[in-house]
Amino acid sequence: MNMIEKSPASGGSGPRTIKVDALARVEGEGALSVKIKGDVVTDIKFRIFEPPRFFEALLVGRPYADAPDITSRICGICPIAYLMGASLAMEEALGATVADDIRRTRRLLYCGEWIQSHVLHTSMLHAPDFLGFQDSIQWSKAQPGVVEKALSVKKMGNHIMEVVGGRAVHPVNTRVGGFYKAPDKARVRGMVDDLKRALDDSLILLKLFAGFDIPDFEDDYTFVALHHDEEYAIDRGRLLSNRGMDIPVSAFGEHFTEVHVAHSNALHGVQRHRREPYLVGPLARYALNYDQLSPLAKQAATDAGLGRVVLNPFKSILVRGVETAYALEEAIRLAQEYEPFEPPSAPLAVRAGTGHGCTEAPRGICHHTYSLDDEGRITAASIVPPTSQNQPRIEADLKGVVQKNLHLPDEELKWRCEQAIRNYDPCISCATHFLDLTVERG
Amino acid sequence: MTAAKKPKLAVWKFSSCDGCQLSLLDCEDELLTVADTVEIAYFLEATRAEVKGPYDVSLVEGSIGTPHDAERIKQVRRQSKVLITIGACATAGGIQALRNFREYDGLVRAVYARPEYIKSLATSTAIADHVSVDFELRGCPINKYQLLELLNAFLNGRKPLIPPHSQCLDCKQAGTVCVMVAKGTPCLGPVTQAGCGNLCPSVNRGCYGCFGPKETPNAAALAKQMAALGWDDRQIKQAFRSFNANAPAFRNLADGVKAGE
Repeated sequence: MNMIEKSPASGGSGPRTIKVDALARVEGEGALSVKIKGDVVTDIKFRIFEPPRFFEALLVGRPYADAPDITSRICGICPIAYLMGASLAMEEALGATVADDIRRTRRLLYCGEWIQSHVLHTSMLHAPDFLGFQDSIQWSKAQPGVVEKALSVKKMGNHIMEVVGGRAVHPVNTRVGGFYKAPDKARVRGMVDDLKRALDDSLILLKLFAGFDIPDFEDDYTFVALHHDEEYAIDRGRLLSNRGMDIPVSAFGEHFTEVHVAHSNALHGVQRHRREPYLVGPLARYALNYDQLSPLAKQAATDAGLGRVVLNPFKSILVRGVETAYALEEAIRLAQEYEPFEPPSAPLAVRAGTGHGCTEAPRGICHHTYSLDDEGRITAASIVPPTSQNQPRIEADLKGVVQKNLHLPDEELKWRCEQAIRNYDPCISCATHFLDLTVERG
Repeated sequence: MTAAKKPKLAVWKFSSCDGCQLSLLDCEDELLTVADTVEIAYFLEATRAEVKGPYDVSLVEGSIGTPHDAERIKQVRRQSKVLITIGACATAGGIQALRNFREYDGLVRAVYARPEYIKSLATSTAIADHVSVDFELRGCPINKYQLLELLNAFLNGRKPLIPPHSQCLDCKQAGTVCVMVAKGTPCLGPVTQAGCGNLCPSVNRGCYGCFGPKETPNAAALAKQMAALGWDDRQIKQAFRSFNANAPAFRNLADGVKAGE
């Protein structure tokens, strides 16, 4: 379905159009069109045509306890970002306090999601771009052993989700307040040896990625990520930017907004006051939370040739590699320390209120807000997933990448554009159908 | 020497979360073997390469929720010798089929500032409501081992071993304590098809029906038992109005319960 509309002679001054009608190796359905006149990029559209599913409206009237499981169906790749974000928001709305052993077990579960999602993306979806393969199956034939290694690391991410969450895709053991049942101690501790092997393998993979021919491109990004002084933020923290913003999760709506544009079923996230794009995800986390990385992860970053801040989005594959190693290390630590807890879930008392929850999905911050009536039923829901926040930033990158690579033949330029979109590991299923209700009529 | 021609496999996505097709990529130990056995001819989530149809087996994820998709599924059917739907979206319309029970215009206005940009249908429906389907694999998400069994069966021209019995039978076989009997926790297990691997009762949670109705379910009898355990009409109705809300057995039961949404 991909095609190039070849207009009169590339290289001449006639208009040139690059189109990708169905973007491959991403989650969900997206398309791209670029218009070039002479040496100037006149129009860029990263279009999301994933059908709308209206989650926020469908949640209204449901009991608070339904939100995690229903919203997890927004995305099969990052269900924890929804299970956890919705649970945290409900706990805030209900004024519940969750014990630290529950929090640590949630973090272990979240490490599982980071590992499986990051390795899926780096090795199966993104790496083939750097090597000129159509997919990882071709890669596995050309270089036996590597894809197998990646799959074995990815498997450990899924294994954590099964042991702690009860299922790899759409886990069943999580609930508002914590878990249905504390995970089995022998099974959790039993993962440690395999996780250690996976950590070694992840470092081998990162070394391999570091040897890729990485396109040259940098920009002056506004980075936004969760931050926590004691750990590389995943499941808790404040929201920071590299422009000096430092706000609690509950103030998200005062600083960011979404706009609805004609060419996309996803709402575009922008900074409320400046109306400018911002970036969430690995590059933002790495820049804002470098100090919280472990010595091993910092060393891995140095070995991969990364400085303290990475401004080349094509190097996101390396940052994901660093984060994979970090998540494995964290998982090992948390599994080694794990003790089952009772009760498995915090006590909850129903009341009316509003709550916010924000965590670092593998692709970046995923923000939830819910309001409840005095029976605990949802009266309003707003979910801002990472890819809708990154979408304007993706278009800005594309413009820069195309402008810089006008000399490339159409087919190569098209592939480079696809690669630039995949830098963001866009989760298009997530990006669709969300909005901050207060803004849309503004 | 002529190599035997490999069967061509295509994977298609409609309205969904991608979790079911991800299950294929989650077959970490089997994926490369599958890729050796079949030609992955179309699988957008995994590859840029595209081989033209017709395809021997098409796996279809997702429900039909837009006019464009209602047309596209017909093209997929025409190009596919065998068409298998995977997951609750494709087999029952998915969680997004909750909109079938709401006033559509209000939903669109609630989520989007510019409803005129949105081209969607008022309902989300199963693939089988639009074209003929050769096999429906249940689950939200599917069980990846059932998917492998299904592919194996179709490639070998035999009937897949996917039992249509209830979740209860699997709990009994596995020795999982019945949460409804032992703890008084309402559970959809008696009317839900087995296949997940007993996940919810194993963590002291009632089954929430993500595999959809079993063959010949008696949903009304279960609703009566849920009421006896203290659930009100609204709770019973919402238990059936979830990931398989538009599956006829669950839809009919919920339609019959007098309670507001």
